Amino acid sequence: MKWLFALLSAVCLSTGVAAAEPAPDELVKTVTDEVLTIVRNDKDIQGGNARKAVALVEVKVLPHFNFTRMTQLAVGREWKNASPAQQKSLSEEFKILLVRTYSKALTEYRNQTIEYKPFTLKSGETDAKVRTLVKQPGSAKPIELDYSLEQQPTGWKVYDIEVAGVSLVTNYRDSFATEIRNNGIDGLIKALQTKNAGPDKKPAA
Amino acid sequence: MRHSFNKRIGRLGLAACAVLALSGCATSGNPKDPMEGFNRAMYSVHDGIDTVLLKPVATGYDAVLPDPVQTSVTNFFSNIGDLLISVNNLLQGKVGDGVSDLGRVVMNSTFGVFGLFDVATDAGLPKHDEDFGQTFGRWGVDEGAYVFIPLLGPRTARDTVGVAVDLWADPMSRIEDVPTRNSLWALRAVNTRANLLPADKVIEEAALDKYSYIRDAYLQNRRNLVYDGNPPARSMDE
Repeated sequence: MKWLFALLSAVCLSTGVAAAEPAPDELVKTVTDEVLTIVRNDKDIQGGNARKAVALVEVKVLPHFNFTRMTQLAVGREWKNASPAQQKSLSEEFKILLVRTYSKALTEYRNQTIEYKPFTLKSGETDAKVRTLVKQPGSAKPIELDYSLEQQPTGWKVYDIEVAGVSLVTNYRDSFATEIRNNGIDGLIKALQTKNAGPDKKPAA
Repeated sequence: MRHSFNKRIGRLGLAACAVLALSGCATSGNPKDPMEGFNRAMYSVHDGIDTVLLKPVATGYDAVLPDPVQTSVTNFFSNIGDLLISVNNLLQGKVGDGVSDLGRVVMNSTFGVFGLFDVATDAGLPKHDEDFGQTFGRWGVDEGAYVFIPLLGPRTARDTVGVAVDLWADPMSRIEDVPTRNSLWALRAVNTRANLLPADKVIEEAALDKYSYIRDAYLQNRRNLVYDGNPPARSMDE
């Protein structure tokens, strides 16, 4: 009887894993569709309710992002000079900043539709790019929106988003590097904290 | 008409000269932005004008005009722009795209009522994005130093020359009646600015330092455009 139980649990486990780990393109599509459906039906978010948008992103989008990797990419070569505690603070603050940015973008959503470009994943590949197009009303050129994902034990995680070729992560590289050069890693942490504390409290550049 | 147009080009040339003259003294550590000090000053000038004039006008325009009307204004100017996009696609050897752009102009000018509606996209002729700066890039011209020009915004040396050619070749520069031409230019400027309002808010939220955020986004975006969405890969963990 024991072997039957073992077999059953093995089956359950494997299907469980399969269900928890959708392919990168499926993951992007499911999350995007789910989030946009909510935004489309939520007048508060469309009206610019930041707190609601942030809550939505935290629940639906955040679990699929790898913020440590994102922060590492944005900080660049100085990352390895940061202590584990500094790395943790950097990731925490950068996460808040990116979540706010992403939420802000959601409040600006106006009936755009998403087209998913063909996607193939070679077996054994642990890094993938899912390409989508955001189609705008009228004769605006569609905007390319690409997600870079990598495979983790807990499933595929997004580590970069590119909007029209602009990487949301590497776009911070120069300003982060300058901040670290001038004020050290703690200076960058502080700058991020100040920024996150409120958009209007930022000291003049 | 020629006169004022030449004056505009002249001013642009003057700005370019000033930029070159200053490039010698104001060097920053950033190889992409050797004139950072000067550019930051120009950015402040631009930001000031934008805050007191452009943005409020664009915000008012955005609030007053219903979305479909605003879309039609965008479509109208986009249709005129398609002519030069076609020329640039042809100059880059992308004959198929260039012909498709011409097809867009014909369809949108007729069935789309003088370009007010974009019927060509629905008919399977997608909108492209080309200009002389991109064409020069395709031809192998290096982008050169980054420059921030008040009212024009972020540019590279190459794209500054590109935009001068764009202006020279722009069909809207050839309108003889000065009041009509100026009104159209103003409307296009306000409409363009209004279309940037959502991006504004996101940048405001995202940027630690707006100047460098805009610069780096501009450079990445232009690179992407020159290669039509498939720029050669760069290593992310350098």
